[in-house]
Formats: sequence, C-alpha cells, structure tokens
Amino acid sequence: MKLAINGTKKNLMNHKVIIGLEVHVELKTKRKMFCNCSADYFGKKPNTHTCPVCLGLPGALPVVNRQAIEWCTQIGLALNCNIPLFSKFDRKNYFYPDLSKGYQISQYDEPFCINGKIEVNGKIIRIRRVHMEEDTGKLMHENVNGESASLIDFNRSGVPLVEIVTEPDFDNATDVKAYLQKLQQIIRYLNVSDADMEKGQMRLEPNISISFNLNSNDLPKYKVEVKNINSFSFVEKAINYEIKRQLELLEENETPLQETRGWDETKQKTLSQRVKEEANDYRYFPEPDIPPIRWDESEIEKLKNTLPELPDEKMQRFIKEFNLSEYDAQILTKEISLSEYFEEAVRVATNLTPKQIANYIINKKINIDEILPTKLIEEILTSSKVEEVSNKELLAIIKEVLSKNPKISEDFKKGNENVVQFAVGQVMYILRKKIDTNILKQLIIEELK
Amino acid sequence: MNLNNLTIKTAKEGLLNKDFSAVELLNAHLDRIEKEDKDLNAFITVTKEIALESARKADKLISEGQDLPLLGIPIALKDIFSTKGIQTTAASNVLKGYIPPYNATVVDKLIDAGAVIIGKTNMDAWAHGSSGENSDFGPTKNPWNKEYVPGGSSSGSAVAVSSQMAIASTGTDTGGSVRLPASFTNTVGLKPTYGRVSRYGVIAMASSLDTVGHFTKTVEDSAIFLNVTAGKDEKDGTTPRIDVPNYQKHIGQDIKGVRIGVPKEYFVEGMDKRIKENIKKTIKFYEENGAKIEEISLPHTEYAIACYYIIQPAEVSSNLARYDGIRFANSRDTFGAEAKRRIMLGTFTLSVGYYDAYYKKALKVRTLLINDFAKAFEKVDAIISPASPTPPWKIGEKANDPLAMYLSDILTVTANITGHPAISVPTGFIDGLPVGMQIIGPHFKEELLFSLGHKYEISNKWYEKKPYES
Repeated sequence: MKLAINGTKKNLMNHKVIIGLEVHVELKTKRKMFCNCSADYFGKKPNTHTCPVCLGLPGALPVVNRQAIEWCTQIGLALNCNIPLFSKFDRKNYFYPDLSKGYQISQYDEPFCINGKIEVNGKIIRIRRVHMEEDTGKLMHENVNGESASLIDFNRSGVPLVEIVTEPDFDNATDVKAYLQKLQQIIRYLNVSDADMEKGQMRLEPNISISFNLNSNDLPKYKVEVKNINSFSFVEKAINYEIKRQLELLEENETPLQETRGWDETKQKTLSQRVKEEANDYRYFPEPDIPPIRWDESEIEKLKNTLPELPDEKMQRFIKEFNLSEYDAQILTKEISLSEYFEEAVRVATNLTPKQIANYIINKKINIDEILPTKLIEEILTSSKVEEVSNKELLAIIKEVLSKNPKISEDFKKGNENVVQFAVGQVMYILRKKIDTNILKQLIIEELK
Repeated sequence: MNLNNLTIKTAKEGLLNKDFSAVELLNAHLDRIEKEDKDLNAFITVTKEIALESARKADKLISEGQDLPLLGIPIALKDIFSTKGIQTTAASNVLKGYIPPYNATVVDKLIDAGAVIIGKTNMDAWAHGSSGENSDFGPTKNPWNKEYVPGGSSSGSAVAVSSQMAIASTGTDTGGSVRLPASFTNTVGLKPTYGRVSRYGVIAMASSLDTVGHFTKTVEDSAIFLNVTAGKDEKDGTTPRIDVPNYQKHIGQDIKGVRIGVPKEYFVEGMDKRIKENIKKTIKFYEENGAKIEEISLPHTEYAIACYYIIQPAEVSSNLARYDGIRFANSRDTFGAEAKRRIMLGTFTLSVGYYDAYYKKALKVRTLLINDFAKAFEKVDAIISPASPTPPWKIGEKANDPLAMYLSDILTVTANITGHPAISVPTGFIDGLPVGMQIIGPHFKEELLFSLGHKYEISNKWYEKKPYES
C-alpha cells in the first residue's frame, strides 16, 4: 500500500479484487424437502401447497426427501466435491415472518459436499461446499380493502434449495459470469432444476471486496454482498459497479461498509439494503428432528455412476468423435437437448459428415422443436443440391422483373434496400429453380445501380 | 358395579360381555369429572359431545360383534396433543383458542383403536415444570390431598386417571413429566424409548428428549396402551423401523434370574429417608422373587441435571420461536415466566462464543451418560430407583424456587438424555401420599419393564387404593 505524493489519496495501482459466490438452486423434486406437498409452486394460488409441516404448525415434524439429498449430492459430485460419509442438518435460528418455524433447516458444519473445484476460463475455482436447505415463504405487500398489508404465501416454504459456495477465487466479473453459465449448464444437464433465474430457481449472491495486500491470502476486513440479481448480465454489471464504487471509497481512504446491497437495474447501481454491524448469530445447533445421514461408500459410488455425461466431457467427446471445432462443440453442447438432437441427426445421416450437420444446425439456427432430426437430414441434402443457372439467364429475368415493376428501381434510389428482397422473390418465382440467393441478390443490386 | 374402578382390561371384558355399555362407562367418568374437577382442575377441555358420539359408535360396533384394543375406553389427552377441531393449548395463554387442523399420529391411532376421547388435560404450560402449578389455566391438585401438587408436567393426565375421571391418558415425558406425576398419584406411568412412539402432532418441548408416554391404573394396561401407540411413523423421522412386540404377552412372565442394578449414585444427598426405606422394601421384594440384585455405578450421574438444563432450554428456545403470533395464536407477550426463562437460557447457551462452553459440552456429557448406561446394561438387565427423591410437596412450596423445582427431576432426566425406556410403578404411600419406583431398561425393551412392574404390582396391589370412598 502506498500513498500518493499529495498524501491523501491511496495509490490504487496495487490492489486486487476478491469475489466469492453463493448460488442458491431450487430443485425440481415433485415433493417439498420435508413434507409431501407439491414443490411445483410457481404461479399457483397462494397457500394452496401447504400442510402442517411447511406451515410450521405446533407439533409438525420434518421428514427428509431422499431424492433431494441425492440430487444435492450429485451436484456436489459434478463439481468434483468430496462427499463425507456422515452429514447432518442443523437449525439456523432467525426471525422473519416468511419463516414459518422461526428457524430454517439448513446445514452448518457438516454439509453433504465439500472441497470441490471447477475450471472456468482456464482457471481453477474452488468450491467450498454444497449443502441442502429449505426455501422460505414469500412476503407480498399489497393493498387489501384500502389498507396496505403484508401477506405471506407459504407455497414456496420448504421447497428444496441447494446452496453452492465458492472460495473467494474470482478477480473479475467476466469469470464470474462464465462460472455461473457453466454452473447453470451442469445443473440442467443433471436435470435436477431448470435453474430459471426469472422464476427464482437460481439466485446469485456475489461477495465483493478489494485488498491492497497482494502477497497475502488474508481477506479484507469487510465484504459487500449483492442480492436481487436475476440475470447473468446483471451480475456482471453489479460486480463492475461495486468494484468502481469501492475503489472510489478506498481512494479517499474510506473502508467500504460491511453490508448487503441490491442491484437496481433501472438506476444501474447497487443500493444499500442492510448494514451488518457484526456477523449474524444464527445459533446453529443440530436439528434433533432429523437423524444424521450416513452414506455407504457403495451408495456414493452408485450416485457417481448414475451421473449423466457432463457438458465438458461431452464437448471433448464431440471434438474427438465428430471432428468438430471447439467453437462448434461448445455451441452444440450448451443445451443438453441440442446436443442430443445433434447426435441423433448424426446417427440417422448416411452421406453427410457430422461437420456438415453441425454447420447447418449452427448457421441456420435450427429450431429443434420444429423439425425432427430425420427431416433435418433430408433438408440438408436437398438444400445442398444447388442447380446451375447461367448469369445470362438470370440477368434476362432480372431485367424482365425490373421493367415490369418500375417502383423497385424508384424505391431503391430513395434508399429503400428492402425492395431488393422483393425483387429476389419475383425472380425466384419466374425461375422456379433452387439457386444461391446471395449471388442473385448481388446481381440485382448491380443491375439497379 | 362401580364403573370408575375399572381398568382397560376389566372395562373391555365388561363391554364385550355387555355388562354395561360404552355410553354408561363414559357417563360414569363424565359424572366423576362433573363432581371432582372443579377442585382438581385436571381438565382444560371436556369433549363431552364428541365422546358421547364415539361411545355410541363403540356400542354399535360391539353390538355387531366387533372388537378393537381400546374400544369404548374413555381416554384423556394431555393438552399438548394436537386434536383436529378441538382446542389445543399446551396450557399456555399463547395457544389459548388455537384449534389444530390435524390430529397427532398418536391421537389418530387411539381413535382408530376405538378409544373415546373424553377431554384435554391440564399441564405445566409447554410441559415446563414438575408440579403442575405452572399452568395458565390454574394449578392441578393432587386427589390424595388437595393441598399437594400432583407432579408435572403431565399433571392433569395423572390426576384424571388417579381420580377415575378417565381409564387411561396420554402424557409426554421430556425429563420425568410422566414418571414423576405417576409416582405422586398412585398411577403407572410409562416413558417409552426415544422414537418408540411417534411425536408427530405433539407440541414440541425439547425435540431430542421428548417422548410420548401414558398413564394407566395397572402395568398390564400400560402394555395394552403401548401396543396401540408404538411403531414406525412415516411422519416422524426419529421413529426407527423396529418391530413392536406383543407387550401383553410379557405380562406374568417369570422374573427369576433377571439381574436388577441399583445405581449407587441415585441415592442422592437430600433424598427423603422414607423414600429410601420404601425403595429398599421394593428391592427386597424382587430379591425374594428370584431377581438378582447388584449395586452398579453410573459415574456421570451428577452431571445429568446440568446437561439436561443446557440441552433442553436450547431446544425449547428454538421450538418456541414459531409462536410469534403472526399466523395463529396469541402474541408473544402472553408467554409465562418459565417459558421466558427457558427461551433466554437456551438463546444464551446457543450463542456464538458460548456454544462450545455450554451446548457442545453438554452433548459430550450426553455421550458419557449413554456410555454409562451401555456399560451398566452389560452387567444387568434393568435398573431400579425411586421415581422422585421426595414425596409430593405442598402447592406453592417450590413455586418461587426454579432450581429446587429443577432438582425434583434428578432421578428421571437421565433416561431422557440417554433415550432409555422407564416405567414408574406405585410402591405405596408416605403420610397418605403416593410414592413410586422407576425401572429403566435397555433401548426398545419395554416388555421387560412390563414383566418386572407387573410382578410387583400383583403382589402389592397398590392400584386397589383409591383417593375416594366410592
């Protein structure tokens, strides 16, 4: 740390940005985490997916959803985590009206998955832990009979939630965005959540701080958590805004407050929500209503073996097996459905190379929901048969079209280039042959000029 | 025939024999409530209409030749068991007026077994207490002497059976809340193994210690009752899949050669001399009947109360957090002093900086106590001790001394910390007030408690003594 010559401003040259991420993912299990209510709550009538357990009524008890635990563990395995043979749930005690029991069942010191890692933009990002917890209800502030009121919808209460926490290994927003995209892709591949951010199925909370101690791994005395981010591009903007805001404060020798801020998309800035004077005391203790979970090695082995092929593996296989470029393979494996579509098309094609099929899918931006792979192959085959037509023959038809439609020429001169497309259509109508329309377009433009 | 003197077993015989109807049986008990409960205050709610309806239904089933384990038997429920459509208060003003939309699993099981639910009984609010005085609905009195406490926290349930207002009743035992009042009222009180009976729908006090037990007039009735309530419940993750034996079959089994341990640490300083004499006589009875008596050591006993008063309030503080008055029930300022005390104690011991010194340490002591029992049960089959270090005390005597009140559980809390089953069986009277012993057994070995308890009971017949002439 150096002071600038004028003695007041800090030299900002020697700083590093430190970012860690907490991501919450709602699992798409049929049932909630601790009761038999349907977990499919989105857009449902308030308080219709509830029972004594998720309403936290006196005497109700939680019983774990085994499926949710297995899915949480599979997320951990996909992120190269260790799976301890012993794990347990804990109570996180805090008061909020949307928390029906006055505590959230979560995991504290013995989560299901620990010490993972994932490669992002050629860098290793360490995963600290992946644990299981339950979602809360939702507060709604509305006008009821002319009075403003806060209402609670408990449909979301008890929906299984997985929290994925990284080590503070990021130093820029681009890598964070890439990590999040990759995480979303993995979760979709695992088919454990749709990870739709607009529906709140994936929630992002970056922690951002800036250190001047380049040679030490000690973290700064403060960190700023940003919430309310529901898209990857907002997370990028929010982080960059925070870095700028914090640097400006630090330049004036002020330490940014330890606080929670929210991203305001309209104002394009983060706004303070809650200043944390000290760490919250959640008074964690082991959840007595749920016996600890003990795995056999064989059970974990089985979960590992039932993992689907993950995006990175699939991409590498596509490059090798189908001789694709990394760029093509990346696009084709982005969504599991597209990758499967591509493989099916390759399987049914007889006289097309995978590369030709990949090119066609990527360049034509094929909507895989509209055309079956077999039909697609036919389409590629017909489209590649371009008939030979001499330029002379074409020019004759072009002239005919232009003379019949003088408005084309007039409009073109006025700068309306859309008329070219009209002319193309007219020519094709007369010609009735399959030709490269790009060449035709060029010819028409030359003629018009 | 006095219908109030019947046990589950004898009442069932009479009903099936058509000596009397279920409605007559119920009315005899409703009359007793009418006559005595103004004084005793054992009930918070009497469910007369619902009971009459189930009694009529029972009579119909009997006339059709059907039979169920508790068919037509009037049973009272501690007001901590959720009952669909019937107010459930835990004897706290916080829950006054709260009507649950569902039944506790045990309540469903009792109803399915044909029981006639006669009402909801008084208790120490939230089951916090050992005397029955700490109720927002007024103290329950001991029918053997109304100036004395009946023991708590399941005070009303003990008194309902003792004063023949119900044939059996449910209770909860977190630190002695069934065994202590049973011993104070000349009734049999069972605290089953942790997890043997579902806790679903029973308002939680301290979840890792809570057990669902019951009061009956005889040990045999206790066995019949447990056969109805015990077993795996899909709604309670702490009930293991362990077979439920036919407990009644173990009634009358020979006890020759059974090894009974007498823990030297349980004869604590300050134990009433007459209690000591009483238990000595009881031990002698077993010796004379072929049991092998051995002195054993449970070396960490002296830490049990401290351990209990860390773990229990910690869980209480968390379990009571949902009573914020926002969604149901009344606001938090209606909590009584004892609940507030426990919320504060528990919040403190779970706080950062204190957790390791208190809660974590208490968990370690818990392990030591479990090891004590594991070692003891290598040498003996069962353990015997008094249920309480003193006979019942006068109402008001300990009301302002929480620590003295806490110490009355000194002989019972350990079985809750370790999860072992224990039964309290009447062993006579001191100055006209009942006293009892407790027998502790290995996990899921309730049948052993029944055969030992029954052996003593049929020879001594304390159950024949009633607090009333009629």
